[in-house]
Amino acid sequence: MKPTAFNAIHKALNAKMVAFAGYEMPIQYEGILAEHERVRNHAGLFDVSHMGEFWVSGPDALEFVEYATINNVGSLEKGQVQYSAMCIESGGIVDDLLIYRFADRFLLVVNASNLEKDFIHLSEIAREFDVQLENGSDSIALLAIQGPESKHILKKLTDANLDELKFYHFGIGKVNDVDLILSRTGYTGELGYELYHDPEHSEDLWQALMMAGEEYQLGPIGLGARDTLRLEMKFCLYGNDIDESTTPLEARLGWAMDLDHGDFLGRDAILKQKAEGVGRLLVAFEMQDRGLPRNGYNIYAGEDPVGLVTSGGQSPTLKKGIGLAYVNKPHHKIDTELQIDIRGKRLAIRIVKPPFIQKRTG
Amino acid sequence: MNIPADLKYTTDHEWIKIEGDIATIGITDYAQGELGDVVFVELPKTGDVFTKGEVAATIEAVKTVADLFLPLSGIIEAVNTALDDTSELINQDAYGAGWILKIKISDPSELNGYMSAGDYAASIS
Repeated sequence: MKPTAFNAIHKALNAKMVAFAGYEMPIQYEGILAEHERVRNHAGLFDVSHMGEFWVSGPDALEFVEYATINNVGSLEKGQVQYSAMCIESGGIVDDLLIYRFADRFLLVVNASNLEKDFIHLSEIAREFDVQLENGSDSIALLAIQGPESKHILKKLTDANLDELKFYHFGIGKVNDVDLILSRTGYTGELGYELYHDPEHSEDLWQALMMAGEEYQLGPIGLGARDTLRLEMKFCLYGNDIDESTTPLEARLGWAMDLDHGDFLGRDAILKQKAEGVGRLLVAFEMQDRGLPRNGYNIYAGEDPVGLVTSGGQSPTLKKGIGLAYVNKPHHKIDTELQIDIRGKRLAIRIVKPPFIQKRTG
Repeated sequence: MNIPADLKYTTDHEWIKIEGDIATIGITDYAQGELGDVVFVELPKTGDVFTKGEVAATIEAVKTVADLFLPLSGIIEAVNTALDDTSELINQDAYGAGWILKIKISDPSELNGYMSAGDYAASIS
């Protein structure tokens, strides 16, 4: 189990630590509900250094990333970030990722749980291109600051013009006198930033942000609240909501896919699926009865099994059970009433339009 | 770690308080800490009959779900309906306001073998 650069800090804060994707990570500090509400109402600091970072450079860098991912990479400006996914030939999703376009290279940010698989997958594709692919994960630590007060806190430690930094854009800037990648991205649905930095500066950066954030009630946030925050936004979690047996069409990631701009790995299968019609779709649902949906629970329309829950739990904001599920057509439509099997009892659910609560990314 | 001396404890991290032939049952402070924020408790009905070892209630925390295995056979005498709207009582006061149910014991000999506070403290240290 690898420690991140913040490991000693987590332990000093008495965080509950868990093994996650080969890293020892904090799951909670004060409690998931309190941490969740802190991010929605104030601001929270997240160690997300377990995420993987790959650098892509060389003459064919753009062509390579275009072929390996499903979105239109050529449309990205320098300094812009794009949410995308990588597929295998079947159209199944290898991983979802962020793509950062620099002047002369790309940074791909992938899930920790898929890091090794992704690197092998990309290395195989890279044989056909004139590119250098480098795994930079061990020399990059990642700290996220998220929540409505995040900008006020960050402003105290940087001269970078945060008012000009648009959503899903990044720049190289100094925070607490350290050069880092300052990215206006996140996994919470709130205004927020992610700071990619040299792990040698991690502890100082954490302490400086916590001190600057004291007047704004900044607090540390673990993976538990990270999960409830993303679920309220219907952001997919790899391994739960998407994997190699699900396609971008089924997961409704069409907004992050461009089928028209050129070839990419998996495109033929996805075009075929589009022409033939998708049989099931990832939907958002709310409990109508008391109870909490969990990954793996079955969904019924009367006696017919019509779906499977991929993510679920209590929404701390709505104070009721919410979930994501793959549901067969035509049961996927908004306001459809279905039943969920929770430990042998059939309880009522209703399909709702995501996100569960309003995005406030600014 | 809070482990009151006057209670009995199970290996499933439940506490039992005996008053005559009524046993009050809840989960320990250690158990609530491991579960994290409790957000919903599915309770049985008064009058339901259970055999030792059966699942009488289900405790849903944000991340996980835990069954309450009844440590004693008997009839449900009362359930803590305050948990319907304030399930966080289990986190805040596991041995007091966070009690889960009361059962009228049908076989007092089943109490033999449950742990004292000292033995329970040793089992989780």
